[in-house]
Amino acid sequence: MHNEAILPSTARAGGRKTPRTVITAENLTKKYGDVAAVDAISFSVPAGESFGLLGPNGAGKSTTMKMIGGVTSRTSGSLEIMGLDPDVHGPEVRAHLGVLPQQDNLDEELRVRDNLLVYGRYFGLPMSYLKPKADELLEFAQLTDKAKSKVDALSGGMKRRLTIARSLINEPQILLLDEPTTGLDPQARHILWDRLFRLKEQGVTLILTTHYMDEAEQLCDRLIVVDKGRIMAEGSPAQLIRGHSTREVVELRFGSERNTTIAAELDGIGDRLEVLPDRVLIYAHDGESALEQVASRGLRPLTSLVRRSSLEDVFLRLTGRSLVD
Amino acid sequence: MTDETLTGAAHHALPSAHSPGVAAAKARRWGAFYYMEHVLRVMKGYSWSLLMYSVGHPVAYLFAMGVGLATLVDAQGAGAFGGVGYVTFVAPALLVSAAVMTAANEFTFPVMGGFKWRRTYYGPHASPLTPQQIAAGHIMAVTLRFLLQSAIYFAAVALFGAAPGGWGWVAILVATLAALSFGLPLMAYSASITEDKGQFALVMRFIVMPLFLFSGTFFPLDTLPLAVRWIGWISPIWHGTELGRVFTYGYQEPPLLTVLHVLVLVGLAVAGWFLTRRQFALRMGR
Repeated sequence: MHNEAILPSTARAGGRKTPRTVITAENLTKKYGDVAAVDAISFSVPAGESFGLLGPNGAGKSTTMKMIGGVTSRTSGSLEIMGLDPDVHGPEVRAHLGVLPQQDNLDEELRVRDNLLVYGRYFGLPMSYLKPKADELLEFAQLTDKAKSKVDALSGGMKRRLTIARSLINEPQILLLDEPTTGLDPQARHILWDRLFRLKEQGVTLILTTHYMDEAEQLCDRLIVVDKGRIMAEGSPAQLIRGHSTREVVELRFGSERNTTIAAELDGIGDRLEVLPDRVLIYAHDGESALEQVASRGLRPLTSLVRRSSLEDVFLRLTGRSLVD
Repeated sequence: MTDETLTGAAHHALPSAHSPGVAAAKARRWGAFYYMEHVLRVMKGYSWSLLMYSVGHPVAYLFAMGVGLATLVDAQGAGAFGGVGYVTFVAPALLVSAAVMTAANEFTFPVMGGFKWRRTYYGPHASPLTPQQIAAGHIMAVTLRFLLQSAIYFAAVALFGAAPGGWGWVAILVATLAALSFGLPLMAYSASITEDKGQFALVMRFIVMPLFLFSGTFFPLDTLPLAVRWIGWISPIWHGTELGRVFTYGYQEPPLLTVLHVLVLVGLAVAGWFLTRRQFALRMGR
């Protein structure tokens, strides 16, 4: 019920004229020495979309976010945020954005509410606006009773929510979320997802990086799969799964010793076989019938599981590696 | 919650934020002051201990020097100190040294912490502020601390009767300038450090302490052998102290030397300012 509280003023801000495409990147490249952290990627994001960059650590997601956020210059290619080049109009670009950095950088020496106030001042916002806005955002972040606490007394999830509240102080229409839930426990993640989903409903454009496929599936309308600074695939989660994987997957565990040796005996079942150190995956349209075939060959896995394909499978297919090491 | 809040009606009265264009224009103009506000708000959190330090330090030193040591020194005749009492001689040096020592604290760990531990520079970095404005805001807030601390120090000096004449208050500005001329190059260095290997302890022991002892603080610089006298010549504490003495008790020195003190102090501060701005931009833009 507190959440409705944020709707009016942000919705009003949404009434501003926004270009249909809020972010356009063409051959965007960032090199550190000879190493290309981001290697000629191109994408564009329409207003109101929830756009994800999915990839393992070191894929270039954070570097891309820093370039969009106007805090790191690009090596080559073009980039426009709200029609502005961040390398030229850094302050103007950053004034449009709300940013949730990968690593929290709240001021732990200030109290919770004061963190919102000082941040709002960076945008030149007057205290007459900031004081009621801070209270509204603390409600949204479910931190009202912590307003006067020191930041270091907050749990990890609370700090994350406070950082999100801070990023909303200027009523941004674009929110950059760099690994929003990494390091949080499942309950804290779900609370955060709920808050982000509400923002999405209000028309805020979300750009997020994650290496969690469930997070990408929950929050993203469309995403790019990135690896080693390049785009491997692009589409909605459902499109990506349809295009790069089968409908279902059978997971079999034979024990770490036997997984590799048994693979030969599974040959011909399903469309494709993937042998991982801890399990064997059979990609098939009909998982149950594939599992029956396994049993009919006299093989007895320690555990078996039939599930729907996920983005994890897409990533595995595209790169030959798992998302989370 | 009341029904009003549930429907959001109560919140319709809330003003909305000004546009990103206005925010950026304001930040381009006033950004350094916005970050200064932040640092001052943090300082407010420990204002009591800052105040106790600012009052306790001069009272303790002036009492020890002015009542304790001065009794012995002044008994020898005042000739050695240009005809003034020992406490009058030593007071501007203590004032300037205290400001420089505060600079050594404010421009070391808090700066490195802003990049490395507390990461407080990276919050504003995502906002319309530029790295240069963040550096400037931090410097301005600390400068206000120097001014306040030096004003309190000067009040204590005056109470001890060690600032005859009407221009003594200028020593407040001199101490602040000396603190910046030492502190800003140090800040640039602090902003360049990525690993804490005890560098700041070395700075305190091998730079700040020798400067404090060999800058004509407790005795005129020319009583030292030439082998160590150069320490004074390059020391912001010496230049600040001599300049302070000119204002607190009308110390006589060649006018060119007075100009030189100002040039050295301003030169170091300006050089430190540019190095710091550059270092902040380099480190944050990576």
